[in-house]
Amino acid sequence: MTNSIPIATPIAPSLAASEGATVNLVGVVKTFGAHRALNSIDLSIAPGEFVALLGPSGCGKTTALRALSGLEQVDSGQILIDGEDVASVPTNKRDIGMVFQSYSLFPHMTAIENVEFGLRMRKVGAAERRERAAEALEMVGLGTFATRFAHQLSGGQQQRVALARALVTRPRVLLLDEPLSALDAKVRVQLRDEIRRIQTELGITTVFVTHDQEEALAVADRVAVMREGEIEQIGTPEELYTTPATAFVADFVGLSNRVPADLIDGVVHVHGSKLTLLGEPLDDGPVTAYIRPEDVALAEQGIPATVVASSFLGSLRRTRVRLEDDSLVSIQHDVDVHPQPGSAVFIRLKGAAVSAVPR
Amino acid sequence: MSSMPRIGSEPSKVTRWIVLTVVGLVFAIPLLALVEFSFRDGLGGGYTIDHWTGLFNPENARTYRDLFQSIGNSFLLAAVTVAIMLLVLLPTMILVHLQFPRLRRVLEFICIIPITVPAIVLVVGLAPVYSVVVKVFGGSIWTLAFAYGITVLPYAYRAIQANLDAVPVVTFSEAARSLGANWLTVLWRVLLPNLRRGVLAASFISIAVVLGEFTIASLLNRRNLQTALLQISQSDPYVAAILAVLSLAFAFVLLLFIGRLGSVGQKRSDS
Repeated sequence: MTNSIPIATPIAPSLAASEGATVNLVGVVKTFGAHRALNSIDLSIAPGEFVALLGPSGCGKTTALRALSGLEQVDSGQILIDGEDVASVPTNKRDIGMVFQSYSLFPHMTAIENVEFGLRMRKVGAAERRERAAEALEMVGLGTFATRFAHQLSGGQQQRVALARALVTRPRVLLLDEPLSALDAKVRVQLRDEIRRIQTELGITTVFVTHDQEEALAVADRVAVMREGEIEQIGTPEELYTTPATAFVADFVGLSNRVPADLIDGVVHVHGSKLTLLGEPLDDGPVTAYIRPEDVALAEQGIPATVVASSFLGSLRRTRVRLEDDSLVSIQHDVDVHPQPGSAVFIRLKGAAVSAVPR
Repeated sequence: MSSMPRIGSEPSKVTRWIVLTVVGLVFAIPLLALVEFSFRDGLGGGYTIDHWTGLFNPENARTYRDLFQSIGNSFLLAAVTVAIMLLVLLPTMILVHLQFPRLRRVLEFICIIPITVPAIVLVVGLAPVYSVVVKVFGGSIWTLAFAYGITVLPYAYRAIQANLDAVPVVTFSEAARSLGANWLTVLWRVLLPNLRRGVLAASFISIAVVLGEFTIASLLNRRNLQTALLQISQSDPYVAAILAVLSLAFAFVLLLFIGRLGSVGQKRSDS
């Protein structure tokens, strides 16, 4: 079985974009026993927007998506799709499309029968059903795989069919529950880009759950970083990366060095450098500063350090050094520079603003 | 290093064949003796097919009327028992699997209980229940299927549960619901086709159990294949032997079907 991805065709008229729906979660609460999975979540999504819910395991991102789909009943709050509160509407009447983390194609049906399923539920006539399903399979590049069963398709192909099945009914909202997590790295990137292309062309409002920050940053218009049932920060990928609102976001989105520092008059003092503090003001005192590896450089003079390890990452190199206070710092630099483990070097901070938390 | 095979290692091919042959003979000799006996021509030492042809001869219909009625009763009981199993046990198991997974252990315990209770004890408990059943439903033979519905629980439960565990039922039902299917459609169009193997296996096992059941029918004064066999063996041992052979052959075919279903599912998942 091949994992190669055929070339997808442009969107057929029957699948063409309608106006995307607005989605609003207002004060949504969901508890499982004593555990509060969603703690009064508020989230507004514009029509046609692609929003990723990003966070570590157990942060509530999947629960939020399942609440939106109706697969989990919320304890309180409103779930508005185009202004209509659907909190008490069953899943099958919410007009959503969903792609799951695990392979969910019905194994007793062929690919095209799977895609037709949603249309059959909507009582679409046989001829139109077959035509639209074929177009949806063409859209995901699997027009020639229509008569194959799930066990005759690779993982990536199965998720493509699942995407076609979710989109063929022209749902108001597309929900993606870690649809790429079971795929190998190359197919993952291909399908990720394909999802984004199709979503853009269809203009469908999309919510994408992932724990992979690279995936979220690469495809989403906005990313909501979640932690312990709450949205820690929501913003464009650039905003999250460059101006993280909290230390958790700084730590979770991208790589960050945790370096001991002091906050004096609202300025972060780190090894002789003065850095601007991002986010909410803190009381003066000892803090831990979160510094990106690309905001640190190897230098002729500066902070003395010892090289611990150096890794080649293709277009760049990442070197880990130990400072005199025993803290470890990662530095991102040019591949031509190749520090040897154990050698003495100097580093300097480039002066970018940082997030910090009290120590 | 010693060449002695270590304890627990796989037996040699010769050992396997010896064991299989001995076990096969233990099973085959009584069965062959039964078949041989059904062809015997009295005590004279010759063989005849008269016992076999006589059983199906229309002229003897009156003689064997009760017998054939009992066979019909057993098939009716098998059908009603399977229906009870499919309409009560299967939906309950799916419901527990999808909505109340915490109740799974409780359901399993309840379903396994009948295998630990001797039939005679079951009958003692069922006797007063059946006095009520007779008042409500009458004394028809099919009411015995209520009791058989309990006796087949352990076997049917195992067959269905194995299939439920092998299929991502929750994901399929959630996917179907997200596509607009109501619960009935989810069950009929998505889950049942994927549980076909378990459901068929449970049905065949239930049929085999019901066709072989004697104690409950006898003690509750109902006539089925096994009670008729006992009765007729006292007057015509050849017919009893023939029916025993036929019922064993039927059960054997059913078991072959069950095995076949398992291997088909295995091949498909392997591919």
